[in-house]
Amino acid sequence: MYVAVKGGEAAISNAHRLLADRRRGDRSLPAIGIEQIVAQLGLAVDRVMAEASLYDRSLAALAVRQARGDMIEAIFILRAYRTTLPRFGYSRPVETGAMLVERRVSATYKDLPGGQLLGPTFDYTHRLLDPSLLNDEAVDTPLERDEASEPVMRVSDILAGEGLVEDDGDMPDGHVAGDITREPLEFPMARDLRLQALARGDEGFLLALGYSTQRGYARTHPFVGEVRIGEVEVELDMPELGFAVSLGRVQITECQMIAQFKGSAKNPPQFTRGYGLVFGQSERKAMAMSLVDRALRAEEFGEDIVAPAQDEEFVISHSDNVQATGFVEHLKLPHYVDFQAELDLVRRMRREYEAAQNTDTDLPEAAE
Amino acid sequence: MASVEKIAEAAAKGATADRQRAMGLLAKASRAELQAAFDALAEKPVVQPVRGPETGLVMVRGRIGGGGAPFNLGEATVSRASIRLADGTVGHGQALGTDGAKARLSAIFDALFQQPAHRAEVDALLNAIAARVADEDAAKARQTAATRVDFFTMVRGED
Repeated sequence: MYVAVKGGEAAISNAHRLLADRRRGDRSLPAIGIEQIVAQLGLAVDRVMAEASLYDRSLAALAVRQARGDMIEAIFILRAYRTTLPRFGYSRPVETGAMLVERRVSATYKDLPGGQLLGPTFDYTHRLLDPSLLNDEAVDTPLERDEASEPVMRVSDILAGEGLVEDDGDMPDGHVAGDITREPLEFPMARDLRLQALARGDEGFLLALGYSTQRGYARTHPFVGEVRIGEVEVELDMPELGFAVSLGRVQITECQMIAQFKGSAKNPPQFTRGYGLVFGQSERKAMAMSLVDRALRAEEFGEDIVAPAQDEEFVISHSDNVQATGFVEHLKLPHYVDFQAELDLVRRMRREYEAAQNTDTDLPEAAE
Repeated sequence: MASVEKIAEAAAKGATADRQRAMGLLAKASRAELQAAFDALAEKPVVQPVRGPETGLVMVRGRIGGGGAPFNLGEATVSRASIRLADGTVGHGQALGTDGAKARLSAIFDALFQQPAHRAEVDALLNAIAARVADEDAAKARQTAATRVDFFTMVRGED
């Protein structure tokens, strides 16, 4: 028999009202606007877009505000919102080679076509708190430099020219890209599905796994071939027109990680690769993703599977922070009946234990 | 005959490319730009809704390794609308984001673009959008170029 216990409606309603109050905070301060969040907390917005797997800066900023800056809560809200919208279709694959580049660095070549473009980076800052940001001090406009724009050549194309690196990564003929929002996860997974899962995976989780490979748990000896950040066109085929049209641009971050060699009887040794592609400006995530992508290709390369980062089912099943937080956080919801059963069980076990203790202490006497 | 067909085919291709460009620029327009251009129209068109405006999702695809097989990166919000003018010309508007009003205005200009009588007005709007986008891109490129590393070599030691 299951007896439902009801109650708490008033408490819940009052708690949510309190939450709204705390979210607004001190009323003598101006409320933060969505445009301000988009403009001034842009990387928080980008992370929410990437892990919610929904590109929309305004909605992501709204989620950040609603969640009081709790990133996973914001990701959860935006992920939930996307389920309310119809799917219009699949875009043509974005062309990262044709990106309007805002940043591109390579750790493998000093001089390369397009050059080392630092862009708006935290690199080389001293990570000292900046007191000038305590106040609204004027900020200098960026410097500009006129120069003939040189195409920003992909590092993988430079290496491919000599045949020293594996190809971009093909799937068998007739393979249709899988979609984890449409089909349940099944293992083993094709690499396209894995990349989709990693692209929405938790940054912290992927960062830790990527770090673990560097520390020796499935070492791949990686180099950043390049990281590039910039805007790409999103094009959608219009069946009613018979051609594709541009819907505008999205900002993405791409990482080409170059890892150690693999050869076979048929192919001479060449570098292998891991790939990272993430919505927004999310360099750490793109790098971590590319490390994990490479580690998860262990079986493809005949490597021993010895470390967590190589275990596809482990990595992919635990990379989604919306799923993870749902299952972890549900533990705080009422489990009164479950726990009652456990209490009964532990009391019975103790009675049996005590009974056995008494028998044990009785035994030697009996033996005497 | 064959050459006449070829010319007609080439003209159709040119028309497709022109409309593709127009729709791409309308997608990059701000709603304010489109609204101002609409307000400036000497004669307001009679517009019938065909579909939307509605907001939905497009799954954005990437390629493995940047140039390999496609994979699904994540979704983006897209708003779209289709309208019909009094003479039956149908226009489609679509752009990233949740702005249905902008999609509807885009659809109107897409329809006007197909009408020779309004072509000049729409071209003026498109050129203004193209110029604004090109200016913004160029400014960004110049700012990025200023962060380009110029390596130099320090000569050390004797001779």
